Amino acid sequence: MIINHPLLGPRDAAEFVYLGDAALIDRPDWQAKDAAEQFHAYGYLRDNPAGIHQELWYHEQGDRSWLVVTRDTLTHEITDVQIARDVARSRGRSA
Amino acid sequence: MTQINRLGGGLVNQGQTLSFTFNGKQMQGHPGDTLASALLANGQLLVGRSFKYHRPRGIFTAGSEEPNALVHLRSGAHQEPNTRATVAELFDGLTATSQNHRGSLEFDLMATTDLLAPFLSAGFYYKTFMWPRAFWEKLYEPAIRMSAGLGRLSMQEDPDTYDKGYLHCDLLVIGAGPAGLGAALAAARSGARVILADEDFAPGGRLNAETLEIDGMAGRDWAGATIAELAAMDNVRLMTRTTVYGAYDHGTYGALERCTDHLANSGGKPRQILWRIYSKRAVLAAGATERPIAFGNNDRPGIMLAGAVRTYVNRYGVTPGQRMAVFTNNDDGWRTAADLAAKGVEVCAIIDTRDAPAVCDVPGARHIRNAGVVNTVGRKALRAITLTDGQVIPCDGLAVSGGWNPNVHLTCHQRGRPEWNEAISAFVPAGDLPPGMAVAGAANGALTLGAALEQGRNVANAQIEDLGFTPSRDTPPRAEDEPHTGAPVWHIAASTKRAWLDLQNDVTVKDVKQSYREGFRSVEHMKRYTTLGMATDQGKTANIPALAIMAECTGKTIPETGTTMFRPPYTPVPLGALAGRARGREFRPYRLTPSHEWAKANGATFVEVGNWLRAQWFVRPGEKGWRDSVDREALQTRQTVGICDVTTLGKIDVQGRDAAAFLNKIYANGFAKLAVGRVRYGIMLREDGICYDDGTTARMSENHYVMTTTTANAVLVYRRMEFARQCLWPDMDVHLISTTDGWAQFAVAGPNSRKLLQKVVDPDHDLSNEGFPFMACGEVTVCGGTPARLFRISFSGEMAFEIAVPARYGNAMMGVLMEAGREFNAVPYGTEALGVMRIEKGHAAGNELDGRTTAYNLGLGRMVSSAKDCIGNTLSRRPEMNLPDAVKLVGFRPVDRTKKLIAGAHFISEGKEATMANDEGWISSVAYSPTLGHSIGLGFIKSGDTRIGEVVRAVSPVHKTEMRVEIVSPHFIDPEGERLRG
Repeated sequence: MIINHPLLGPRDAAEFVYLGDAALIDRPDWQAKDAAEQFHAYGYLRDNPAGIHQELWYHEQGDRSWLVVTRDTLTHEITDVQIARDVARSRGRSA
Repeated sequence: MTQINRLGGGLVNQGQTLSFTFNGKQMQGHPGDTLASALLANGQLLVGRSFKYHRPRGIFTAGSEEPNALVHLRSGAHQEPNTRATVAELFDGLTATSQNHRGSLEFDLMATTDLLAPFLSAGFYYKTFMWPRAFWEKLYEPAIRMSAGLGRLSMQEDPDTYDKGYLHCDLLVIGAGPAGLGAALAAARSGARVILADEDFAPGGRLNAETLEIDGMAGRDWAGATIAELAAMDNVRLMTRTTVYGAYDHGTYGALERCTDHLANSGGKPRQILWRIYSKRAVLAAGATERPIAFGNNDRPGIMLAGAVRTYVNRYGVTPGQRMAVFTNNDDGWRTAADLAAKGVEVCAIIDTRDAPAVCDVPGARHIRNAGVVNTVGRKALRAITLTDGQVIPCDGLAVSGGWNPNVHLTCHQRGRPEWNEAISAFVPAGDLPPGMAVAGAANGALTLGAALEQGRNVANAQIEDLGFTPSRDTPPRAEDEPHTGAPVWHIAASTKRAWLDLQNDVTVKDVKQSYREGFRSVEHMKRYTTLGMATDQGKTANIPALAIMAECTGKTIPETGTTMFRPPYTPVPLGALAGRARGREFRPYRLTPSHEWAKANGATFVEVGNWLRAQWFVRPGEKGWRDSVDREALQTRQTVGICDVTTLGKIDVQGRDAAAFLNKIYANGFAKLAVGRVRYGIMLREDGICYDDGTTARMSENHYVMTTTTANAVLVYRRMEFARQCLWPDMDVHLISTTDGWAQFAVAGPNSRKLLQKVVDPDHDLSNEGFPFMACGEVTVCGGTPARLFRISFSGEMAFEIAVPARYGNAMMGVLMEAGREFNAVPYGTEALGVMRIEKGHAAGNELDGRTTAYNLGLGRMVSSAKDCIGNTLSRRPEMNLPDAVKLVGFRPVDRTKKLIAGAHFISEGKEATMANDEGWISSVAYSPTLGHSIGLGFIKSGDTRIGEVVRAVSPVHKTEMRVEIVSPHFIDPEGERLRG
């Protein structure tokens, strides 16, 4: 696969390490009332879609950026690649 | 003249003669021959025995689809089994031997298997060798393996080298036949970067095998001129002997180039190169494969596909026989007859399944309409054929044409499914191609020359226009469309004898029918039940006829019955090519510690730790085994001072205004309040609350920490920390860099460690216990100004330091430390003594942090701060992970001190049965303690911290042993920690 890195352009997937669902960005608040349930869902429950999937890739053999890659799990078509830090900020993780 | 079947002409250089041997027999051929064409020229029709029934077999095709003519090529360590003779280029001195027979090829002792054929039909093995079950491994399987099979491995190491390479292009053209050449020419003239790859050593595809014309010149001359033009262009890479075997994601293709297989000696060059080709667009022009018609005894040497016969006659100047017959259901077979006759070979009969007039005039040949072949005679070579009307026609060669199947394989590599084309009775690519790929020519169902040329050009132009190139306006090449109509006939129903579909796996029409009767009706089930299409040729000539027969059985159409899918590779790829240079010592990268040279020169035995080679122990004269060395190293360290290279531990530099807050998130225990100049032990959890890694982190200044990780997790911890920094807390002001390679670090441990270091560290640094107490850290200089970092930390339990210098000084530093330590009788120690001392001290390591244990299990539960968030904090508090009877880390010693503990043994209370239900824990680490003089261990046992002094059984069902062990404190030496604070 080729991942079109937002900063470095098209790079071979072999330069990257795969982590999984980009929902891992949304780490729950440890002080929430139902923190235990939320962390359980965060840690163990994943969607496994046959189709569009947002997922985390780490450019370990490159600039060490974590990326959020939107990939079709059936065709491997990649429709979007973003810097994970920007995604995290847009999801309100700046605080 | 030994080449009794050699005709004139063709693309072989008959001015030069090459010698080769087949089964030891001397033969001659010419440059441009394949092994198959040379064998045929020499009249060697019998070339092998079949997989299951040991039937005599000959050459069936002229290309990579060959199911029959598999040979051992070369000899000794270079011997390669299952080489297709039809694609092996002849060279002077080539040696080949036939496969799968006992005794000689002519008198195979296993040929009796064929007489048992009535009992050996599809599913025989599944049904017969079921009972008794114990017989399978000892008796049935070895016997079957010996009687069935293909070639033999040399059982020696592969002496060749293989490389891997990477290429980029605008347009990859797969196949250099008329469509591929037309495509490559059009694209290349527009300026696009083109790679043209063809599996053959002579590009041109069918143009080399046919007598068709392009622009008024012989097709092969047009091909030659086109290849010359392409070869002269800077934007074209022409790759012959290169099979594009797989279509992968995003325009990436796998290709195997056979660089020296056509040479007697590789001359030290790589034998093959596995290429990864990155293309923006691709044109698949892989051509088509002819399919046979099944009839009784259609597997005899001398029976060959009609297109292959034309290849031998026109390209190689060889005829497969002196008196040939042609059996066809289409116009194409007639050209074989015409080309044979044109070369002066006798064509005795053309048997056409159609009731149609002659397609062309073939002198001397009888045209037998509306007929079929039902049987053949001639065990080791064809002698005659019997027709449906009973007449027998003597002949020594039979060309069979059942129509052509487009080579759609690569179009299926990304879930594409071909669709049935009624006009040519074959599957053609549908719209669901791999992104960026287009198909042209025969591979796309355009089976005639004029159409192939035009389609190649048009498809290539559309592809490069997509990329922004302007197609060139030159005059396109033109050719006539040859007659090509046909009526599908898959097998001759009147045949009572066995009619073969898959020649390589010995599958017959009857087997497919039996599969239907027994309920294996889906194509995928039929394949697995009969093994059809599952041999090394992947059923290139067998799949579609078998599918047609299944369709007949079910009463459905062929497309309703299904199609077989294709996966990479298109043709076999040697494991050596996939491995490339990653063999033996180079199987994966390895890393050397900074003091590796010193260690090598001082008797070190090395052990792999992750990618690292670390000194395991240092042998001294007179030591009889590793234990002697390890005991000495541990004792001497505890008595005076020892030195160990600990560079491999991960080092991560953490800097920034939020460095302290960030470490509080990463570590379970707090780091924000750690004073500058101090070190703290920390543990990291996984988000599920299990312990992940441990190590020490030093605060060098307010906003600068230096973290250490275990060797194994250095990369993983760093990856996680980057994840936390970028994805979880994206606005913390913190920066990370791995400095594992930047600093050479040495543990200096033992009562004399301070005295030793005082000689090395420059005197303006105070190393006294007051000036540099336990868990202190700081920047110092050594050897008169060399920058260094000093940490007073101890893994061994002794007073100890770790000193780090820039990695380039590492080897010298080891020498300096040893020289300074000479007066104290300092000893270098390796990973084994390191392990012994950490077990004596009760420190957890990888065996204890095994991905199942929590801080609570390790006795470190109180380190998990409840006053702050950290990774793993919330889930580590789950009640089930904090039960009172959870396993706890404690020490163990055998009640009988002479006994040796076994790591992995499980604990059972005395008087209870050794069952899973009574399992109370396990021993994780064991060592012989030279200090205590007996075996010691660390392990986990239920409520261990409250059971000190109790005796339990340590049971190892694997070793069939058990012993009584006493639960003790994990701190076998200096439990109060007086030594390390001294």
